[in-house]
Amino acid sequence: MNDKIIETEKLLKEYPMGHAVLKALNNVSLSFDYGEFAGVVGPSGSGKTTFLNIAGTLDSPTSGLCRVLGQNIESLSSRNAAELRTKSIGFIFQTFNLLPAYTVFENIEFPLLLLKIGKDERKKMVADALKWVGLSDRSDSFPKDLSGGECQRVAIARAVVKKPKLILADEPTANLDAENSHNIMRTMRNLNKELGITFIFATHDEKVMRYLKRKITLVDGKVDNDQITEESDKGEKL
Amino acid sequence: MIKFILKGLLRDRSKFLFPVLTVFSGVMLTVFLYSWMNGVMTEIIRTTAHFQTGHVKITTRAYAKEEAQIPNDLALTDVDSLLTSVRLQFPDIYWVPRIRFSGLIDVPDEKGETKKQAPVFGIAVDLTGKNETENKILDIENKIVSGRMAVKPFDILVSTLLVEKLGITVGDNITLISTTMNGSLVMWNFIVAGTVNFGISGLDKSFIIADFSGMQKALDMENCAGEILGFFKNDLYQKEKSSEIALAFNSNYNDKNNEFSPVMTTLYNQNDLSSIIDMASKFTGIIAFIFIGAMSVVLWNSGLLSGLRRYGEFGVRLAMGETKKHIYGSLILESLITGIIGSVIGTIAGLAIGYYLEYKGINMASMFKNATLTVDNVIRADVTIYSYFIGFIPGICATILGSAISGINIFKRNTSQLFKELEA
Repeated sequence: MNDKIIETEKLLKEYPMGHAVLKALNNVSLSFDYGEFAGVVGPSGSGKTTFLNIAGTLDSPTSGLCRVLGQNIESLSSRNAAELRTKSIGFIFQTFNLLPAYTVFENIEFPLLLLKIGKDERKKMVADALKWVGLSDRSDSFPKDLSGGECQRVAIARAVVKKPKLILADEPTANLDAENSHNIMRTMRNLNKELGITFIFATHDEKVMRYLKRKITLVDGKVDNDQITEESDKGEKL
Repeated sequence: MIKFILKGLLRDRSKFLFPVLTVFSGVMLTVFLYSWMNGVMTEIIRTTAHFQTGHVKITTRAYAKEEAQIPNDLALTDVDSLLTSVRLQFPDIYWVPRIRFSGLIDVPDEKGETKKQAPVFGIAVDLTGKNETENKILDIENKIVSGRMAVKPFDILVSTLLVEKLGITVGDNITLISTTMNGSLVMWNFIVAGTVNFGISGLDKSFIIADFSGMQKALDMENCAGEILGFFKNDLYQKEKSSEIALAFNSNYNDKNNEFSPVMTTLYNQNDLSSIIDMASKFTGIIAFIFIGAMSVVLWNSGLLSGLRRYGEFGVRLAMGETKKHIYGSLILESLITGIIGSVIGTIAGLAIGYYLEYKGINMASMFKNATLTVDNVIRADVTIYSYFIGFIPGICATILGSAISGINIFKRNTSQLFKELEA
């Protein structure tokens, strides 16, 4: 069990919808190894985001088991869940969600403040993260001054700056054009290779899917297909 | 982390500017209104004390009962020894004898026939003696518009509107028709030494000030006075101290079986002033309560609106590993900072307006034209030590309370729900 970064067994998540109950996840049993570059794909409403929320300890399952980094998340207190997120999990969102009042540098620095890392160390780590995403020259800019692609790269830098074991990316290219989408995916794939960070995506974007080494297809909350792909570089060739 | 929160707060107008402006406006209004109302109350009490009640007043028991009728037939006798005695017993108080009177002023023509008449009321105070106390209390010299201060017992000072009404000038002879202490009719000639304007509509219409010794003679009140007023030397009414003095005096002099025995009454117990004084003393609490309540509701609502807008930010921060408690704490810290800044500048602005109006005042003569209130036409604010705190502390409390209430929603929502609202 411990060699898996995420492991779920018969994961069930239900939402009450009036008198009915919506099963967002229905008996989902999956596992992800450390260092994977995988995606949960499927149409809207298939349960991708719900899966990511549970794996990211932002939500808890109705029943079933979900172990993330060796910890059963259903038994985690909110404080311990927050601690796990602070230390080991990074998030990338569809709408970037940068803090508008802060500069690029400060946005990336924020997770390090939560980790109580010293000022000099923080400065170095943020500079490294900016270098990884190619935004070293924009550190003093505010989010409103950046393009969509640049904003998402800042979001990636913010997620990777603390070198987490796991990054969960929910539709990271949904608001980007094709060129930026490829750039972003290439950046994340390089970080996966260089830093060994596990990336798990929730997406229905074909451009993203081309980069994935593994695609798990969800349909109506159930695993419909779990497919390993041989070559993940074909995305950039298209 | 605090520095980080501060940076975000100062850069985000909706987080900082609106709450600060709200607190600023509320605190400024509170400080100004408190100072203004305090000025109004203080002025009512001060003027009433100066002209009518003193801070304490000695009369006979019978006079006190019928005071509204100015019953000089029930006046105090052997006033000189009573004055000596109270001045010895209560040396911290200025003691001044007075006679209040009313009657008719008759203005004669060249032949000595009545030219004009007008009803008047007035007070007789010590104008010609060596004691300057009355001049200080009533600020008479500074109120003289024309002519001079009374220097002889039968010199009289007449209010400007009455002078106009009667068509008299400084130096004219006028006759006061009134009643003596014994109830007989008296007509006594006075010389108009000067005209006075107290700036009090209720007085300036038909008011005269006579010399105490002259009026004693005119009204057959040798060694008598209608009332003896006592004033604290700092000219500020002290409710408890005055009660103590009255109690001490009454235990010595007041004889319930003798209606002509002297009795001391405090300002609080005269002319229904108790309700005004009580209101003035409760005013601070009432204002603070209304302010905290109203401002909390406003800031609570603004906090809710701002909170809705900030769910996205909260969601991101939670995702990065902040706890809900920490976010709530940072909201409170933000509100403390905005509360302090808004309260400081609001207090400064409120005090500035207060001090300006304390110096300049607002002339409300047109409003008081037909009023019988004994209140100065120029109402001034009165900035006290409470003015410095009345808005400041509630300003901070209201801001924190508003944020504390609105911030509870962070705990009510699931983290993933915050994300849904964030994505919307």
